[in-house]
Amino acid sequence: MAGNDNSRLPELRSNGSGENWGSRIGVILAVAGSAVGLGNFLRFPGQATLNGGGVFMIPYFISLLLLGIPICWIEWTIGRHGGSKGFNSAPGIFSVLWRHPFSKYFGALALIVPVGIYMYYVYVEAWCLAYAWDYFTGTMAQYPKEIAAYKEHFDTFVGKHDNGFLLRNGAGLQKSVVFLVIVFIINFIFIYRGLTRGIELFCKWAMPILILFGVVVLVRVLTLGTPDPARPEANINNALGFMWNPKTAPGESIWTPLTNTQVWLAAAGQIFFSLSVGFGIVLNYASYLRKDDDVILSGLTATSTNEFCEVCLAGLITIPAAFIFLGAASLTPEVLSSSFELGFKALPAVFARMPAGSFFGALWFFMLFAAAITSSLSMLQPAIAFLEEGFGMGRKLSVTCLGMITAVGGLLVVYFSKDLIALDVLDFWVGTVCIFLLATIQVILVGWVFGIERTKQEASRGAAIRIPGVFWFVIKYVSPLYLLIIFAGWCYQAVPRYIKNVVAMNADDRGTVLLMLTFVVVLLVFFGLLVNLAGRNWRAWGKLPVREPEEALPVAAGQSNTGGRQ
Amino acid sequence: MTPAGWALMLISCGFVVCLTVYCYYKVLTTPRETERMHAPIDIDTHDKDT
Repeated sequence: MAGNDNSRLPELRSNGSGENWGSRIGVILAVAGSAVGLGNFLRFPGQATLNGGGVFMIPYFISLLLLGIPICWIEWTIGRHGGSKGFNSAPGIFSVLWRHPFSKYFGALALIVPVGIYMYYVYVEAWCLAYAWDYFTGTMAQYPKEIAAYKEHFDTFVGKHDNGFLLRNGAGLQKSVVFLVIVFIINFIFIYRGLTRGIELFCKWAMPILILFGVVVLVRVLTLGTPDPARPEANINNALGFMWNPKTAPGESIWTPLTNTQVWLAAAGQIFFSLSVGFGIVLNYASYLRKDDDVILSGLTATSTNEFCEVCLAGLITIPAAFIFLGAASLTPEVLSSSFELGFKALPAVFARMPAGSFFGALWFFMLFAAAITSSLSMLQPAIAFLEEGFGMGRKLSVTCLGMITAVGGLLVVYFSKDLIALDVLDFWVGTVCIFLLATIQVILVGWVFGIERTKQEASRGAAIRIPGVFWFVIKYVSPLYLLIIFAGWCYQAVPRYIKNVVAMNADDRGTVLLMLTFVVVLLVFFGLLVNLAGRNWRAWGKLPVREPEEALPVAAGQSNTGGRQ
Repeated sequence: MTPAGWALMLISCGFVVCLTVYCYYKVLTTPRETERMHAPIDIDTHDKDT
């Protein structure tokens, strides 16, 4: 091709859309913001306490090394590679990785996962902002100090009593729905502003604020001492011990929990979901890097930021604070294993008893809101990028289309609020099963189709630090195997329980499950069709080879495609 | 809190803090690759692409 072809200029500069991150720290904080979410602060402490206490950290860090960091590096590397070939969306990036017409449909999963999760995550995000507002205005201080009061408040607030509860004229309507609308609009305003003026700018402010607020609450918790002299056992020393002491029966070795498969599964699952690997988000974010930008150090830094929030902040705040004010008896396995129970029922009771609890409650829930919104913003960008590059849409049109799609899902979640069944269905099928599938496909594609040697070359370009050689073996053999074992173990544990729960439901609730499952299938088909149409456009625009794959493969093996929308 | 609990907590938090500090130190002190000057010979013009 002639070197003076002007249509090639955008590709030479950077990637397909021509958008780039403004700074290295900006992309790191954006990816870290995407990873740091409610799971860090509400899920991790409960999982650690339930699964061996401090000993949980051994399988946790092993999973970080064998699963979290390798997959993170893979996503950063192939995302930047896809961007250098003119693609920012997962279907395009997957087409570059594996020159086969079917590969782009794997990429459709990387659109459904973030969009599907956004539909309920934004609702939970609205709860955090509403709780922060209630603490700020003093509304929360009016409730009694017992957990039961906060349970009833939460159930009414989210409409757990009945479907359609929130949309009727009554006391419940209103606050959670109003805050949902506010949060929804905030998200789309920042997405509309674009990569650098929207996401990057927001994360550069939100992440330091989040960490600052977290540190303030941490200092408060660690300096509580023994707040109630009548209960001397409720002190910070015992509170930290409740979370970090190895959970063993008398006479057992402290390492006994390591022989329990459940502990390993829980640790690997926590790492997996905490780092947001398999969401399709890092792929998209990394595609906006320049061709020679570092991915290894940046990926590791984003991961370490996530770990700091999870281990050093959440690990020292959530459970110790709950133990001091509520006691061990209140922290049942039911409470510890549910983020909603711990975060929205137990912790408000903690702040009600804590000196200056309204102030620290406001800080805590605003911190959760900041963690959630940096994640939800990242869930929108992959689909925006896809609509822009797959159909040539402008920012305004793509944001409007995605706004309507996510509003439909959000409305379903809000309407079918009874026992949060609609939210659970989306979380189970999109937020868990699809993520496992996508992560497994990614690891296998990179290790066995794209090839370790090419990945190694791609990763090392511009790298500020070197990946130890052993990690390539891990990426090719250990990570896929580990992932498959966790997925199988999770299916063995969770699927029978899920089916049993659905069977035990009444007819109305089963109807809700069926409806939401149908919605998930419709989403899959809808995005599959969109990907198909986008593939045709890319071929027509010369971004993908027009020839059949059998003919195209030998040519494609060592050459890049043309890229650049015409 | 038992000695084992203290050890596990301090090692875990210490490891994460050290990793985070190291990473941010490297990020803030290493110049961005694309900010360096490239000689014309290093610039890929994609002329050989089909």
